[in-house]
Amino acid sequence: MSEFVLEMKDVYKAFPGVVALNHVKLQLKPGTVHALMGENGAGKSTLMKCMFGIYSMDEGEIYIDGVKTEIKNPLDALGKGIAMVHQELQPIPARTIGENIYLGRYPMKKALGFIPIIDHKKMYEDAERVLKEVKMDFDPHTKVGELSVSQMQSVEIAKAVSANCRVLILDEPTSSLTQNEVEALFNIVNDLKSKGVAIVYISHKMDEILRISDEVTIMRDGQYIGTWEAKDLTTDFIITKMVGRELTNLYPPRSNVPGDVVFEVEDFTSINPKSFRHVNFNVRKGEILGVAGLVGAQRTELMEGIFGIRSKTSGTVRYKGRELNIRRPKDAIDNGIAMLTEDRRGTGIMGVLSVADNISIASLNKYLDYGFMLNDKKIEELVQDNIEKMNTKTPSSKTPIGSLSGGNQQKVLIGRWLANNPDVLILDEPTRGIDVGAKYEIYTIIADLAKQGKSIIMISSEMAELIGMSDRVMVMCDGRVTGFIDGKDATQENIMELATRFES
Amino acid sequence: MKEKKSFGNKVLDYIKGNPIVAMLTVVSIIVGMTVDNFFSWNNLSNLISNTAIRFIIALGVSGCLITKGTDLSAGRQVGLAACLSGILVQRADYSGRLFANLPEFNMFAALLIVIVLGAVIGGINGLIISRLKVPPFITTLGTQTIVYGLCLVLTNAQPIGGFAAGYTKLITGRIGDVKSFNLPYLLFVAIFFGFLFWFLYNKMRHGKYMYAIGGNEIAAEVSGVNTAKSLTLIYITAGIMYAIAGWLLAAKSGGASASMGQGYELEAIAGCTIGGVSTTGGIGTVSGVLVGVLVFELLKIVLQFLGVNPYYNYIVQGLVIVVAVALDIRKNIKKK
Repeated sequence: MSEFVLEMKDVYKAFPGVVALNHVKLQLKPGTVHALMGENGAGKSTLMKCMFGIYSMDEGEIYIDGVKTEIKNPLDALGKGIAMVHQELQPIPARTIGENIYLGRYPMKKALGFIPIIDHKKMYEDAERVLKEVKMDFDPHTKVGELSVSQMQSVEIAKAVSANCRVLILDEPTSSLTQNEVEALFNIVNDLKSKGVAIVYISHKMDEILRISDEVTIMRDGQYIGTWEAKDLTTDFIITKMVGRELTNLYPPRSNVPGDVVFEVEDFTSINPKSFRHVNFNVRKGEILGVAGLVGAQRTELMEGIFGIRSKTSGTVRYKGRELNIRRPKDAIDNGIAMLTEDRRGTGIMGVLSVADNISIASLNKYLDYGFMLNDKKIEELVQDNIEKMNTKTPSSKTPIGSLSGGNQQKVLIGRWLANNPDVLILDEPTRGIDVGAKYEIYTIIADLAKQGKSIIMISSEMAELIGMSDRVMVMCDGRVTGFIDGKDATQENIMELATRFES
Repeated sequence: MKEKKSFGNKVLDYIKGNPIVAMLTVVSIIVGMTVDNFFSWNNLSNLISNTAIRFIIALGVSGCLITKGTDLSAGRQVGLAACLSGILVQRADYSGRLFANLPEFNMFAALLIVIVLGAVIGGINGLIISRLKVPPFITTLGTQTIVYGLCLVLTNAQPIGGFAAGYTKLITGRIGDVKSFNLPYLLFVAIFFGFLFWFLYNKMRHGKYMYAIGGNEIAAEVSGVNTAKSLTLIYITAGIMYAIAGWLLAAKSGGASASMGQGYELEAIAGCTIGGVSTTGGIGTVSGVLVGVLVFELLKIVLQFLGVNPYYNYIVQGLVIVVAVALDIRKNIKKK
């Protein structure tokens, strides 16, 4: 009997033009939380997809309880006790919790003694039982679409539990959870751990890793760097190993000087009564305004309203005293506003199109000859210049953006907006799901833009990022602005106090 | 990765990437060597004429497909344009005229009229799809039926003949001699539109916007693309192409009837798909569309020369469509 419940040895996987995993190993002990760390593009997700049977390895071996096995597909993995909760959850919203949990392995019974049909009674009873195990007090007949993100996640974990899994992969489980929800998740994780489940925990959040994990494996550029006991580690050490160099500062020095008020929003109210209402704020030239709030504070909705993606019932937007009439994103863009949206895959990238097309799409108007013909040469210059300035890692400008890592996709999208030379930049969670090294680069870009005199509005759910980067922090709660805090005075506590100021 | 590829390797890569095209080429060569008259000027010009009109229809539908839509009204729009063109250019002295009081129109005036009609129908399609958000499949299924109905009302289900001589002559005209080297005028029409669409798709904003909408419609809107306007323009362009095709088709056939163009939308969609226009949006080239349509027409002629019972043609064509798309999708799966 091996001391490891699961062991991956010498895993090699290459994609066209890039080696994603270069002889990587991973050893999981039962009843432990094993953190897998590395920058985006380090190969963590690829390794997990190999373990879960989504990808097949080019070389390498997988042992379960010391016995060599092969994992053909996700259903096979589930059968062998390996379950995965994906970074982007993929539930079927129109079906019930019970059906989502037992999708693909419905309990069956025989009608009239010979017709196989789904045993709904058993399915919902079992579902109720596993939901209790993940501390979720929900009717399994509820449609998944009615749940919040954290509840959907609990359903996914319940699914894993229902398969009696021995290895559970959690890929960035807390990226869209509030603090309370994170605590609830940790309780579930500890509970599973005490039952002997080995948990692979992928996250970029250092404090979480150090708190919950027993062992840490670090990867860099598809290479295995090492495995350590978590209690021996410090944040600095992990970052150094992940980045491969010393990182002294998490945030770059800023030398921007906020000037006059240029961008004003007055009495902004959504057509949805539960969304943002009577919002007033302004941004100065060269200022970084952080926007804080809990999930559900309607920060994204407000900014999308300003940018013309969502409808409003009242409210005006002024730039340098001039009222802007914004009915759709194009109007906002024409008035020098840019917005990096929160959902990179859903509303940001055009996956099958090239990096070049993705960079140039918002600024094609500037590259017309005779008013109608695109100047390919100038566009290519823009693209190359952009890739260079943003330090985007891509095999070529013709590569489909979908094949780049999250951080590089984000750089392309920021580049798309910079090509337009906007005056006001709205950045919605600009560093979500991005590794430490790329984060620093993005902070540097933001600081530099503010220095150039651009007004920046940055929504973020990471307190440290808001405090580290903002000249001022605007806090929202339940659709209202509850206060402003000067960047120098901002603390987790005073932001949190404003963010939880619900109307009684 | 950077090694230089020899010509042979390039050919091999192409064959691997386009097995249907390669297979059909081989079959054609074999048929050509075993059956008389396959490699003849007459047959070539036949192939060109058939391909040209279908290429024009496929170009129209390609924009709809690239933006994840479709246009099922294509064939019926071609039919309506063919009938209307026919009615307009009927000789004033022809006894079977449908509208006895209508003056005889100049053929180019007729073209202009059907183009306007095509643009209107396409515009209606586009507005319903982009503003009312009705799925393209349903929208164009509806307009397909409506347009067919219009065509029946217009023609009273009567065949239309007696075209002005110049009309038929011009469209079926050719450079060279029928018996020896000759190239039909339709070839140049097709080349003109092929180039026009290549320019539209690669050198103009409209094309870039079209690919962007196909790649991710919301992202395109957020990036400042007026997606409703772009989509409407795409369907208008499509309608115009069907109208031109209908005008050409009536002349080529020397007559028109309400049943004309039936099923052409499916052939056009099949041609595009065989030519690599992705059903998931954002991908497709003019050259691909040409290859796809050509393959389909070549297939028909090969079957005809082999003396296959024409009833079997449909079975073979259907198989080719499914196999081509299955292979194409396999290619993309492998890349993962």
